[in-house]
Order: sequence, then C-alpha cells, then structure tokens
Amino acid sequence: MNLDFTPEENAFREEVRAFIRDNYPKELTNMGSREDLTRDQFLAWHKILGKKGWSAVAWPKKYGGTGWTSTQRYIWSEENARVDALMPLPFGVSMVGPVIYTFGSEEQKAKHLPGILSGDVWWAQGYSEPGAGSDLASLKTTAVRDGDHYVINGQKTWTTLAQHADWGFFLCRTDPSAKSQEGISFILVDMKTPGIEVRPIKLIDGTHEVNETWLTDVRVPVENLVGKENEGWTYAKFLLAHERSGIAGVARSKRGIERLRDIASSETIDGTPLILNGDFSRKISQLEIDLTALEFTELRTLASEAAGKGPGPESSILKIKGTEIQQRLTELTLEAVGNYGAPYARGMDGHGINDFGVGPEYSNFAADTYFNMRKTSIYGGSNEIQRNIITKMILGL
Amino acid sequence: MDFNFTEEQTMIRDSLARLIKDQYDFDTRRKVVASKEGWRPKMWAQFAELGLLAAPFSEEDGGLGGGPIDAMVVMEEFGKGLVVEPFLQSVVVGGGFLKRGTEGQKAEHLAPMIAGERVFAFAYAEPKGRYNLADLETTAKKDGAGWKISGHKAVVVGAPWASHLIVTARTAGGRRDTKGIGVFIVAKDAKGVTTRDYPTVDGRRASEVHFDNVSVGADAAIGDAANGLPLIERVTDEAIAALCAEACGAMKVAQTMTVEYSRQRKQFGTPIGKFQVLQHKMVDMFMEAEQSVSMTYMATLKLDEDDVTRKKAASAAKVRIGQAGRFVGQNAIQIHGGMGMTDELAIGHYFKRLTIIDSEFGNVDHHLKRYTDLSAADMAVAAE
Repeated sequence: MNLDFTPEENAFREEVRAFIRDNYPKELTNMGSREDLTRDQFLAWHKILGKKGWSAVAWPKKYGGTGWTSTQRYIWSEENARVDALMPLPFGVSMVGPVIYTFGSEEQKAKHLPGILSGDVWWAQGYSEPGAGSDLASLKTTAVRDGDHYVINGQKTWTTLAQHADWGFFLCRTDPSAKSQEGISFILVDMKTPGIEVRPIKLIDGTHEVNETWLTDVRVPVENLVGKENEGWTYAKFLLAHERSGIAGVARSKRGIERLRDIASSETIDGTPLILNGDFSRKISQLEIDLTALEFTELRTLASEAAGKGPGPESSILKIKGTEIQQRLTELTLEAVGNYGAPYARGMDGHGINDFGVGPEYSNFAADTYFNMRKTSIYGGSNEIQRNIITKMILGL
Repeated sequence: MDFNFTEEQTMIRDSLARLIKDQYDFDTRRKVVASKEGWRPKMWAQFAELGLLAAPFSEEDGGLGGGPIDAMVVMEEFGKGLVVEPFLQSVVVGGGFLKRGTEGQKAEHLAPMIAGERVFAFAYAEPKGRYNLADLETTAKKDGAGWKISGHKAVVVGAPWASHLIVTARTAGGRRDTKGIGVFIVAKDAKGVTTRDYPTVDGRRASEVHFDNVSVGADAAIGDAANGLPLIERVTDEAIAALCAEACGAMKVAQTMTVEYSRQRKQFGTPIGKFQVLQHKMVDMFMEAEQSVSMTYMATLKLDEDDVTRKKAASAAKVRIGQAGRFVGQNAIQIHGGMGMTDELAIGHYFKRLTIIDSEFGNVDHHLKRYTDLSAADMAVAAE
C-alpha cells in the first residue's frame, strides 16, 4: 500500500498541465460552475480535447477513448480543476457514449461516437417525466412500431440544456402490457425530427438550464433502437452507474475549498479576517476532512475498478457524499459573503451580468450557485434512491 | 498508488482472525474481562509467537520488516474482536518510542518487548492536562547523571499489565511550554512508583500512576530530554492511526451485526429491516464505516510525510472516525432496541469501545481545532 506516483505518472501530470496551460481558453477560466453559458462556450474545451484525442478519458482506446488508467484520470481531473475548466458535458461522453459502444450496433457506433468525441454533436437525456421521477420505471412515453419507424408520443422533463441539443436518448415504453421495468426501450432521436418541442423551465437561480420536451407523433427509424427492444431498462441502469462514478467531483470541490478560503481571507468579522474566526474556520476544516474521506473512498473504488470490477453499487456512496459536499461548499461560500449574498446580478434588465459592479465579484453568484446546487442530491437518482440501492445491493435487505 | 496488502499482511490478518475466532469469542472475552487479571498473558504469548509484536519493526530492530500498515491490519482485527490486550500501548507506542532510541535502549527494551516478555504502557495524560500533550505538571529533575521524576499520570491504559512505563515529564520551562519536555522509560517496580488499578468502561484496565522522586539513570531518557515533544507527537500520531484502525474493525462488526439483527427481529409482522427509515439509517452507518476505512488508510499512509502533512492527516482521521464511531455506535443500539441495552448482547460492548476511542489521544473537538490551527499556519506560510 502506498500513495506514490510513478515517474511515468509524474511525467504525465507535467504533460497534461502544460497542455491545459497552453490550450485552455483563457476567457473561460473559473467558469466551471456557471450554467448560463453559450453553446460555443460550453463546447470550446471539449472541441480542443476532441482534436487532441482526450475528450473521453474513461473510454477504451478502441472506441476513441484515452485508455488512461484510473490514476491518470485522477491526475487529469485534478489538473483541470486547477483552472476550474469547463469539462465536456456528461450527456454524450459519460452517458450515451458508453451505452452505444457497449450495446449499440456497428452502424450506431460509426455514426455517433465520432460526434460525441469531437464535441460536434450535443446530446440530451430523455429520462424523467412529470409522473416518473424517482420511480423512473413508471414512465409513460410510448414508442409504437409503424413499419420501419417508431412513433413516439409523450412528455419528458428536466431535459438539461436540450435547447442546444442535436440528438437525444429517450426511454420509451414499447410494450404497454409488460411490468413496469420490462417493456422499456432505449432510442436515439434526432432533435430536429418534426413533432419535438422543447420548452424552457426557469429555475430558482434564474437560469434556463432545463426544459420540458414534448414529443408528438415523432417518427424515428427503427435502426435508432439501441440493443434489443424492451431491454432498455438494463441499459438505463448501466448508464446511471456510469454517471455516478464521475459524480464525486473531488478535484473540483478541492478547488472550491481553496476559493472559499480566499473569500474568507478577504471578508472580515469584527475587524479580523473571517478565516481566523474559529467558528467559521472549523466549518471549513470539517468540510475539508469530509472531502478527504470522499477522496480516499473514491481512490479505493477506482483501485478496485482497475482490478477489473466495473462501477458497482459503491458508486452510490460517491454520489451521496460527493453531492452533500458540493452543496455544503456552496452553502459556506454564501455564508462567507455575508450581506452581499442578496444582490441579484441576473435580475438587472438591460445590463450585462459581467459588469454588475455591486459587492465583491466573488459574491455575485454565491446565492445562485447555492440555490442551483440543491439539484445535485435530486438528480442522477436522488440520494434517497441511492440509499435504496445500497440497501438492496450491499446490505442485502 | 496502490491499495493492496502484501502477502505477509494478508497472512497476518488471516491467522489473527482465525485465532480470535477460535479463542476470543464474545463469551470468553466476557470471562477474561471479569477475571482478576483482566487479560490473558498466555494470549499475549501467542500473539508474540504469531509474530504480531514483531510485525511493524524493521529487521535491524529485530522485527519482520513491516511498518504502520502491518500495525493497522492487526488493530483492525483487534477492533473486530474487541481484543483488550495492549498491542497499541506496548507495540505501537512503546515500540514507537523505543525504535527511535539508542542501540543500548533497543537491546535492553525493544527486543524483550517484541518477544512479549516486557509490556509497556504510555503514561502521558494528567488530571488537568486534558488532551494537550505539552500540559505537564509531572517533572523530571536532573539528578547527577540521571533524573528524578515526580508527578501524577491519569488513566494509563494497560498499566496494570505493564512491566514498564513510558513517561512524559517536564525537564524545563513552564507548564504548557512546548520546549522542555522529556520522555523516560521507568520500570513499574521502581522505588517511588505507586499505582491505583481499575477497570475501564470498555473492558480494559488502567491505573492512576504516582511518581514520588523516582530515580532513573541517564539511559532512561529517549531522544532529546530538552525537546521531546516532536517525538511524542510523532508517536502519538502513529497511535492515532492504529486506534482508527481498531475503530474501523469495531464499526464494521457493529454495522453488520445491526443489519443481521434487523433481518431477524420482527415487528408489525415483518422484519424491521424492511422499514425504509431503518434501512437508510443502516446505509448511513455503512457509509460512515467505509469512509472511516478510507481515512485510516490515508492517515496511515501519510505517517512518513512531513510533520504538518502527517499531523493534519492524523487529526483529520481522528475527527472523522470520532464522529463515525459515535454515529455507528448510537444507531446500532437504537436499531437493536431494548436488546441493545442489555449486557448480554455483544453490540453494547462495541458501542462502549467506540465511545471511549473518541476520547483517546484527543477527541473530535481537539483534533478539529488542531487541524484548523495547522491549516492557518499552512496558509500563513503560503502567503509569505
């Protein structure tokens, strides 16, 4: 047992650090937790990485991934967190990509994987419905076979950033007579197909991050079915486990704590820096200690994955603890800025939010970010659902 | 990075687990704890024979070439079996000081300790010192070539079983000064040493130890008698890592016992393990125990890094494990219901051990403050 990096790993760190320094778009530094960016901003780093062959760090080499070891991936995320880089969005690279190369046809691989890798094609996730949240298997959107097409009808919701999407992956019921988890299929849909309407949902932080997606008689070629008909639930679960494994966000939270310490050093309380206030500094310590526990739990999980086990139910721990820490971090950041948590930068009509000019710059989105991050314990299978998974899969109850 | 155990470490774990299963079942432990001696010297001899007492020492020091990871493996199994014998006190702490002593001290003390013939206890805490290792009223005064030690040491765990004590004492300076502290080896049968022995709530034995002008030779001092605190802190951090491993073992058992109980116990016509409110509590217990293992690995693997890194790692682990132990212990009792309150079930004994672990070598509050102070010092250095 040891924590040492090999000389090769240290050389790798130098290499990626230099690449990030020379290639990461300067104007996007420290924008990683912003939700209100343009499509081009979101994709800028992804496209650069696509050209370099580094956009899919967890994919096997044969599908265009880096084939990096878990330690290399750990180093990679640490180095990106140093600039709070806008990483490739998860919907293509982390979600649908692994489903396509694991369960998809050769044609689907050839057609879709290149666009996911390059960042040219934006994917959206059609899972949740108004009546199917935590109980996802109760979804009602139907796909009815009509010749060589499926005809899809229904309503999806919380479709993240679907306003930019080129393609979507949708869970649809193909066998209405089957039990809830059976009879579901995993279908790829071109978002330009007639009958799709994407309507914005405004969130409590004022951003347009998610949408309702209405599907009315949407005709999709049958070759867009992934794997077998009525076995989509298996692929959906596979996808969620993959989604969870990167969800801990350790490197980013480490960077967040550094930033919190900087803020607390600038803010004062009774004439001394907030960081020297015992009550507040111990809250930061507790958070950092909890993050260390998460980090080493993730490292242990990565090590056992490297030993040949895929992401298992242990990844639920990473999801629960990772999101709790991300939320706590934004909560403490809001506490740290004091009175200047209240001014609403996005609420000024006719003004760019970049020249808001009220309070210190770091206070501008403290509250919005705190509000926004409440989503993390709800999405990706709520933290209560994760506890159900651990109950069943690990405790065996 | 590597989280695998060596073959030797796995062998230690397996043979110790077998020994505990065969000879340290819960009923046997209860009898031992209630006996006049409170421990089994014969069991200690078996541990020595198995090589446990030699495992964490280098071959030059008469050990098997292992280190802190080996101690971690042993302590986790001790935690699972609620073993009372003083591996932490004699091997981790006693051995931790002695291996940094002179060749003469090693020959005189370390070799018989590894053989199981000498047993050490750590007399560091004082009635008014709480968790501050430097808050010492016990004094060691120069006396010719040697020293004269006087003072009162509190709750010296394992002292009733020990042949020798490692004693911290003030050699110069004021009561809480960080300089002017020495570490001394004192034979328990030395003239002027008196003890009042008693049981602890978690099944072990401890003593109040009084030193009344106890004469020791120059060779009793380990390291720099004028500046021993850095060594004391180092060995104490090693003890914290080992103690965390013991807590992990105890937590794992308490957590799995609780899940098992919830499968058997029926109320409202169904096993209580079917109730979601209890399921989620048990998931939280599981996560606390898992994260404790992660923190124990982390602290153990960082023992040989620079002082600040090592101290922060040990304190971080002690904070997390103090909190986790309390959570797991309390909820284990709660889910066991009335049965959890009975002396007859093992679960209450795990709860008691986990409770006391938090207060050994500094509790959550103490280590959260230590961690915070070290972080502030770190930031000040970075800002310069």
